[in-house]
Amino acid sequence: MNEPATTTIQDAGLEETIIDINGFATRVWRKGVGPKLGFLAGLGGLPRWMPFLDRLAEQRTVIVPSLPGFPGGDRGHSVLDTHLDWLLAVRETLDKAGLAGADLAGSSVGASLAAEMAAVWPAQVRKLALIAPFGLFDEKNPPTDPWAQRADAVPGLMCANPEIWKAMKAIPDGANSIEWPIEQNRASEAAARIFWPLGNTRLEKRLKLIRAPTLLLWGNEDRIMPISYADRICKALAGPHDLRVIGCAGHLAELDQPGAVAEEILDWTA
Amino acid sequence: MKLMWFHLMPYTELPDDFRDKNPSVWVDIHSSLFDPKRAHHMYNDFMDELEYAAECGFDAICVNEHHSNGYGLMPSPNLIASSLARRTTDTAICVMGNSLALYNPPTRVAEEFAMIDVISGGRLIAGFPVGTPMDTCYAYGTNPSQLRSRYLEAHDLVIRAWREKDTFAFNGRYNQQRYVNIWPRAIQRPHPPIWIPGGGSVETWQWCAEMDYVYCYLSYYGYKAGQALMDGFWAEMSRIGKDRNPYRAGFLQFVGVGESRQHAYDLYSEAAEYFYGRCLHVDPRWAVPPGYVSEATQAAGIKSQVQQAAGAGAIGSTTGTRFAGVAREMEAIVDRGYVIIGSPDEVAEQLREVARSLNVGHLMLLLQFGNMGKQLCRYNTRLFSDAVMPKLKDVFGEWEDRWWPQPMDAAQRAEVPAFSPRLAAE
Repeated sequence: MNEPATTTIQDAGLEETIIDINGFATRVWRKGVGPKLGFLAGLGGLPRWMPFLDRLAEQRTVIVPSLPGFPGGDRGHSVLDTHLDWLLAVRETLDKAGLAGADLAGSSVGASLAAEMAAVWPAQVRKLALIAPFGLFDEKNPPTDPWAQRADAVPGLMCANPEIWKAMKAIPDGANSIEWPIEQNRASEAAARIFWPLGNTRLEKRLKLIRAPTLLLWGNEDRIMPISYADRICKALAGPHDLRVIGCAGHLAELDQPGAVAEEILDWTA
Repeated sequence: MKLMWFHLMPYTELPDDFRDKNPSVWVDIHSSLFDPKRAHHMYNDFMDELEYAAECGFDAICVNEHHSNGYGLMPSPNLIASSLARRTTDTAICVMGNSLALYNPPTRVAEEFAMIDVISGGRLIAGFPVGTPMDTCYAYGTNPSQLRSRYLEAHDLVIRAWREKDTFAFNGRYNQQRYVNIWPRAIQRPHPPIWIPGGGSVETWQWCAEMDYVYCYLSYYGYKAGQALMDGFWAEMSRIGKDRNPYRAGFLQFVGVGESRQHAYDLYSEAAEYFYGRCLHVDPRWAVPPGYVSEATQAAGIKSQVQQAAGAGAIGSTTGTRFAGVAREMEAIVDRGYVIIGSPDEVAEQLREVARSLNVGHLMLLLQFGNMGKQLCRYNTRLFSDAVMPKLKDVFGEWEDRWWPQPMDAAQRAEVPAFSPRLAAE
């Protein structure tokens, strides 16, 4: 692939770069000034920019690479068969996005991968912020199965305010009416490809390897990942860590409460 | 044409209020509804019925695979088929089939199918379904994003296991096996005929044509709903230069024969309403695991929905989504063609028309369905074989069925002694 082409796509200083991951064109968004802060999105990915990222960009250079198969990640998931394949792809993504050694935040499935980066390559992550990460499974209190739901139930599982999820997923004017829904399904497939069927990647075994100071954030109305998992994660983390519960927020707390979640992350990584 | 007798093996005693009190007949159907001692009788009745169909002269008897399913009690159709191999002599045994991605290693399918082929003297038809979302992704936990590529790889492994004479190493993306060398080897060379049950995916049609496999559309919604799909299949065959040999295709149809149409209506209403009312009560949350439907098929579905005014009257893209709009009352069940009923003459005439209009040479008949008891099932089966079958035998006589089992000569086959239980006094 040629050198990445950089294009400014919005007047508010948002830049979009394309990098090559395993032969798939992968989108990297970048906005703001100051020290770098990466963000890996959760279930559903980022079909569009969101206010939470603007809040981060007020103080930091926010860099948001797409994960394989998620919006902006093409069909990159389709060549990843094992957990190691996934970790190597995300590591390469962070490196090519310029995030090696930077602060890293993630939500849901993205938080799981952010934690993996810090566990497997401790020098890769300075400080870590995880919003309701996937990767663990407790038989006595299993997460909600996000892939066995009636379509009309999904918005209320993702966000405390389902309208926010619907707005995130609504087709924009001028978008391709066939490609758009397929891209949203693909995001769900990509998450399933790594986390099917239980969400259990045995991340719990690797949490002790994380040395980066780790902030855990959890929506108090998370209907996917029970908040009891936060205690479990805290117990397994060897490095410094803290837990903050976000009020009036669901599984994707950064969608429900962009200001509060951004403030916690900015404080932690300051 | 070939007339094949298919059994789903439905649990016949789901309660009257099953739909009101239970979310689904599939995946999470509650164990308290299953009475093993009643199921003992069901299994034995069902196997009697399959054997009876063989006696009546049907060309094949057919079984299939479902998991965690109240209307399909065959997690392992191979167990039933192996018994049928011993209790029948000339009828083809169609296992429709084994969901390849669910077997680890898939070599197991090559072995078990070879066993059935050898025991039966070469009468096996080997079906390879991908499997429904409920069976594969939910009940068996297979990753929907890998299901199709696992299926295709497993197919390649099974075919090599059947064809290659020497021990070989299989170095697949999902399966690695250092020493593949199945014993026994199938009687039919290079392997039993392969039939592929599938939905309306163009990729599946093209693959069947390329591999020279029979494509089967096993829908519960009858010939009217199947017409557009089979038209699509034949249009694709024509486009890629294949002939219209009707034996390239199989199709499933429910049938109830009586003395008259009204008689048949009265006889089969309860069983039909049991099937469409209780057995097809599937929770929509099991309908579409992400990645199960290929993106090409998704795109075709979205285009077709747009064309059909948001999908009015459209068939869903997976087994699960199709259940949502199903008719559950007998009048509509018959009206929509899910079940063909009538006197023998009326049924024969309709099936002749179905065979011709769908251009299907392998007609798989469900003559037992829902909670139909053994006696009525035998009546339906016998009346069909005596009075309907003779009127259909000549259909498609001009075509050769290249996809039918080639058994050993009858004279060479083992004699299977009739089963005679010892008397208690002996």
